[in-house]
Amino acid sequence: MKISRNDYPLQLEGETIPMVRFQNVTKRYGDLVVLDSLDLDVDEGEMVTIIGPSGSGKTTVLRMLMALERIDEGVIYVEGQPMTHMARNGTMIRADNKYLRRQRLNIGMCFQHFNLFPHMTALENCIEAPVQVLGLSKDEAVARAEGLLDMVGMLEKAHEHPSRLSGGQQQRVAIARSLAMRPKVMLFDEVTSALDPEVIGEVTQVIRKLVAKHNLTMLMVTHQMGFAREISDRVCFFYDGKIEEQGAPDELFENPTRERTQQFLSAVLEAR
Amino acid sequence: MSYIEFLTSYGPQLLEGSVTTAKQTILAATLAVMIALVAGLMRLSKNRFVYGTATVYIEIFRGTSLLVQLYWIFFVLPLFGLTLEKFTAGFIAVGMNLGAYGAELVRGGILSVPRGQWEAATALSMPPGKRMRRIIFPQAFLNMLPPWGNLLIELLKGTALVALISVADLMFMARKINGTTYLSAQVFGSALIIYYLMSRGLVTPYMRWLERVMARKLGKIK
Repeated sequence: MKISRNDYPLQLEGETIPMVRFQNVTKRYGDLVVLDSLDLDVDEGEMVTIIGPSGSGKTTVLRMLMALERIDEGVIYVEGQPMTHMARNGTMIRADNKYLRRQRLNIGMCFQHFNLFPHMTALENCIEAPVQVLGLSKDEAVARAEGLLDMVGMLEKAHEHPSRLSGGQQQRVAIARSLAMRPKVMLFDEVTSALDPEVIGEVTQVIRKLVAKHNLTMLMVTHQMGFAREISDRVCFFYDGKIEEQGAPDELFENPTRERTQQFLSAVLEAR
Repeated sequence: MSYIEFLTSYGPQLLEGSVTTAKQTILAATLAVMIALVAGLMRLSKNRFVYGTATVYIEIFRGTSLLVQLYWIFFVLPLFGLTLEKFTAGFIAVGMNLGAYGAELVRGGILSVPRGQWEAATALSMPPGKRMRRIIFPQAFLNMLPPWGNLLIELLKGTALVALISVADLMFMARKINGTTYLSAQVFGSALIIYYLMSRGLVTPYMRWLERVMARKLGKIK
């Protein structure tokens, strides 16, 4: 698919370039439109939370940004450079796999079901890509991984396989594994949804720490409204593949202006 | 003639045949594993030519008789200028046939690895080769070991057909002894027992051991 350069710049220019920009992004599964001409900017260091009913396209936003699937229309930019496309002879063409691999280095992702590699210990999970992809020496990678495992409180379990860890522990290792690649943007895709209620806190605590201490740009999809409100700079309410409403968390949770936001919030707050 | 006497006179010949059967099995199994890996991975390719080539191979070798394939390789290929020694033709036929079945095990094993594992590796920017070798295949391998155990037993028993192109394996020796002594019950009874011992006494325990070793490596058992 070719996109004329008039519509999408080959790279973003100007004083303030957003860390992430979704420009007119559409994703369809057959006839079903999951993302509908989405425009979304995320600034450097910003923590943006995406909430919304299931099927509203929340998770798809993260999967498109990680380029796990192709978008059908539009362009996603990371640090002003196109992520889903690349410039070739002055026009934009779809990114090839090599280009995607390089661009993905900017982005880390944590999944609902952790997806740790079961045949590797916690430490091996964290050094695998730094050694194999970034080309770090084993010693460097281990030092980096141990620092991160310590940060997430999993250093004592560094030599355990995932099958021996609880869900909360696995998710903390998964966060360390993503951070070991030193991404600029971190994506959290319902990272507490598969956890038992009593271990959710240990994972949210790690995310709090990241927000407080690191200048990471973060995009989080969650069902935990309290956590979203407490930690986000901005909350986006998704409905039908579009941003129905967005704003500062207190504003959005206290005074939602759109009817669907009101309905959704009263429904989820009712359920608690 | 007592069975003890039978064994003293003909045991050495049966043993010699068994060694040939073991050699045929090991060589055919090695070939089958290599073919299965290549064809199984090719079946996962998005390239239609690559996928198609593997599919045609698998269809031909699974869809026709092993005995006919053996005769083709030994009797027909020489007409096209490719002459193979009977021992070589034997294990190549068996290996190519069982390799076609194995290819589907490899493909199935790889597809059995959850999609999340592919996505996690992709999200870490791992290139496809490393993703397969270091993340997907080790997990797939463990999943495909039990069906491979069955397949290797099939393969061992399949090698009996090489007797028909005069490879001096266990079956060939049994037929030879039977032809001169007519002690059918003793000869084929012994052959039956030897095949059983080789499959249940050697192949099965070996595969179980391999499963345990791999499971431990993958952190499944401690």
